[in-house]
Amino acid sequence: MHGTVLLSLILSPELGRFALAFACCLAGAQTVLPLWGAWRGRTALMASARPLAWGQFAALLLSFCCLAAASVANDFSVRNIAENSAVAKPLLYKLTGIWGNHEGSILLWALILALCGVAVARFGRNLPGSLLARVLGVLGGTALGFELFCLLTSDPFDRLWPAPPDGQGMNPLLQDPGLAFHPPILYTGYVGFAVPFAFAVAALLEGRVDAAWGRWVRPWTVAAWSFLSCGIALGSWWSYYVLGWGGYWFWDPVENASLLPWLTGTALLHSAIVVEKREALKIWCVLLAIGTFSLSLSGTFLVRSGILNSVHSFANDPTRGVFILGLLALLIGGALLLFGLRVHLLQAGGLFAPFSREGGLVLNNILLCSICAVVLTGTMYPPFAALLLGQAISVGKPFFDSTAVPMAMPLLATMAIGPMLPWKRARLTPVLQRLWWASLLALLAWAVAAFGVSGTLPVLAAGFAVWVIAGAVADLASRILLFRAPLRDSAARARHLSRAVLGAAIAHAGVGVTVLGLVGMSQAQHAIVSVHPGDGVDLAGMRWTLRSVRDADGPNYHAHVATIDVTRNGRLIAELHPSRRVFPLQHQTTTEVAIRTDLVSDLYAVLGDEHEADGTVVLRLHRNPLAPWIWLGGLLMAIGGFLSLSDRRVRVGAPMRARRGAVPAVPAPAAE
Amino acid sequence: MSGGDTSARKPGGASPAQTRRRVLALLPFGVAAAAGGGFWAMLSRMRTGGFDPHDIHAPALNRTVPDFALPGLDAAHPGFSGNDLRHIDRPVLVNFFASWCIPCVAEAPLLGRVAALLPVWGVAYENKPSDAAGFVSQTGAPFARVALDGSGRTAIDWGVSGVPESFLVRPGGIIDWHLAGALTETVVSATLPALLSRIGR
Repeated sequence: MHGTVLLSLILSPELGRFALAFACCLAGAQTVLPLWGAWRGRTALMASARPLAWGQFAALLLSFCCLAAASVANDFSVRNIAENSAVAKPLLYKLTGIWGNHEGSILLWALILALCGVAVARFGRNLPGSLLARVLGVLGGTALGFELFCLLTSDPFDRLWPAPPDGQGMNPLLQDPGLAFHPPILYTGYVGFAVPFAFAVAALLEGRVDAAWGRWVRPWTVAAWSFLSCGIALGSWWSYYVLGWGGYWFWDPVENASLLPWLTGTALLHSAIVVEKREALKIWCVLLAIGTFSLSLSGTFLVRSGILNSVHSFANDPTRGVFILGLLALLIGGALLLFGLRVHLLQAGGLFAPFSREGGLVLNNILLCSICAVVLTGTMYPPFAALLLGQAISVGKPFFDSTAVPMAMPLLATMAIGPMLPWKRARLTPVLQRLWWASLLALLAWAVAAFGVSGTLPVLAAGFAVWVIAGAVADLASRILLFRAPLRDSAARARHLSRAVLGAAIAHAGVGVTVLGLVGMSQAQHAIVSVHPGDGVDLAGMRWTLRSVRDADGPNYHAHVATIDVTRNGRLIAELHPSRRVFPLQHQTTTEVAIRTDLVSDLYAVLGDEHEADGTVVLRLHRNPLAPWIWLGGLLMAIGGFLSLSDRRVRVGAPMRARRGAVPAVPAPAAE
Repeated sequence: MSGGDTSARKPGGASPAQTRRRVLALLPFGVAAAAGGGFWAMLSRMRTGGFDPHDIHAPALNRTVPDFALPGLDAAHPGFSGNDLRHIDRPVLVNFFASWCIPCVAEAPLLGRVAALLPVWGVAYENKPSDAAGFVSQTGAPFARVALDGSGRTAIDWGVSGVPESFLVRPGGIIDWHLAGALTETVVSATLPALLSRIGR
């Protein structure tokens, strides 16, 4: 205990604020010096970019540690800690609670941005000197904006006097391991797109985009995209098992704000391949890179300024909104203006037939961007209708379900074919020859689904999901000549299969797995029952019996825990313990869902109200077929992304193992 | 680029096709600038109170409740009609909700505190009875009555723009106050008590 107090004295909030201000200065220098140097061709100024990026990161890390120390040492004289923490809060949540509030999350955001800058400085040593300087300069400018925002409008180190004896505690809904790590992963995804953005702006400043540019941008896009996929999947999983609604996606503005950059990021991921391999779609790719980061930033802005109505609302504050809007205007407006003025310098190139790999990727981009446009319209229509027409309209789940979801069908239909098309010009017959058994499987899936699944869209989606998964397998099979060459040859080919190809196939299969999960969830069965302890109900061919409800206490809550036995044909298959927690400090009640999964279906039970008068207990029982597949698919997508990232051919920007000894620690920037 | 069309050429020497392309390249900036201008207008009006995404002017304000009659959820939660609201002897808060609406879930604990001040009658907007029942049991929303508005017609008559939305109806069936959006701490602890004491006088 003394140790933590001593630590918090050294790492004082004042030191934290000072470190943050120092990081601002370094970020300012990181913006001005390298950009100036690249403009005037001064190598010394350009070379300052890398040490400045490291310095900025170190200062921010120190600042973050100071906030962590204040949180762990229960320093309630810091307003942010007093408002969001409490003595009784478990240590893990004292740490993760740092980013569970507006001020702390902005600091984390800036820290991750600085980390991206350091990663570019570390892995981008063989980038051309002026390009590296410009990329780091743009990243520095972005970081400067966020650090100023943190320092001027959302200071996490603000003191409170007199200090209260105990804090107010955090929202009990956030006291959950899944949510503890959801924000950093999601922010890494959002912020990661700053790197492709910086590359796009740097390319416009340079007036040049070539295949090498595509090769540098792609790994950063893949990395950001993988984190974002992971973050979205985690968030959706959290709402499934914490909110206790049996739902996994609510088309809430915050959820949409994460989906929009994911859609355009997926498009960017694919069009960057075309730039790299064929030097086509360059202008489009630059625009997508700017657009993706713009959507990441705007989503945060809209939610935190209070323009969009959401449950995830942080403290809404129009003053902060004005600051972020100014920041957005500078970053996004500046980048798009630069795009408008300088894009004609980029040479368009690379002709291709409509039916070719490039054509497939263009179609992918069109479909993804159309879905993105629909979701964007649905999300932004209410505030703009209120502003321009003076009428209030709410757009909810029904709109998105009937527009965005059907638009995903053609995307799934073409996903299996795309990776098999050769570049420049393709013919249909060889592709169909490789996909005949996948089509057979899809037809079979449709036939099975037509009997077992209700609803047109789920049936359609089930077949397409199987088609996508089979297509991914068929792609790999055809690459290793499975059953066409001797098995030994195939095995040798499989070992030498590039990880980028394997990663792409796994990510595609992940999409199929997620869609199967969505289809399964559309067939979920549920019942809400009011029972006495000892009573049972039948649902989905099983008998659910409430054994007892008992009291139990946790570190900062009181709980009621129910025991439910689930039996099939008299045989016990699961014992569920849903509970309700009352947090006296916050006057808040949370439900703890009991979920038993065997990966094929989830048994899901929620404890509702207990009626004192007649002794009955309300239970909400669900059987959710294939539910875990939704997040499993998301995880597969992220794994595919990381696997492809581990392929050295993809991350050409990374230092090569053999050459590492030969590269000096701070190489003189290559004279252009 | 056709060189014959010299009349359209600017002194700078850009052909019409090039000019068109440059204008097209500036289009994303234009769209972003328009959106930014819109956001700026929203923010500045939010500060003066002219724009509030949570507060929407209701056409039904200070009028008698419209005619309707809706079935109830179950025995514990009977339905109600416009006629019922015209014959209440104390103020009632009518709350439109839906099980698919997350802000409705979030506001449920506050409804519990409202119920200590005055009765709360719920209207399940475009919800199946089973989903509405799930909402009530799950959130413990303290509805004295729950009417099922499966088609959403009644909500249209009331001028509901989206769920959640709450209306304060005073004796005689007059809509006294209206909130488009979820209840907040301030509304429950300050706005509603003030309104109730005014009606009481």
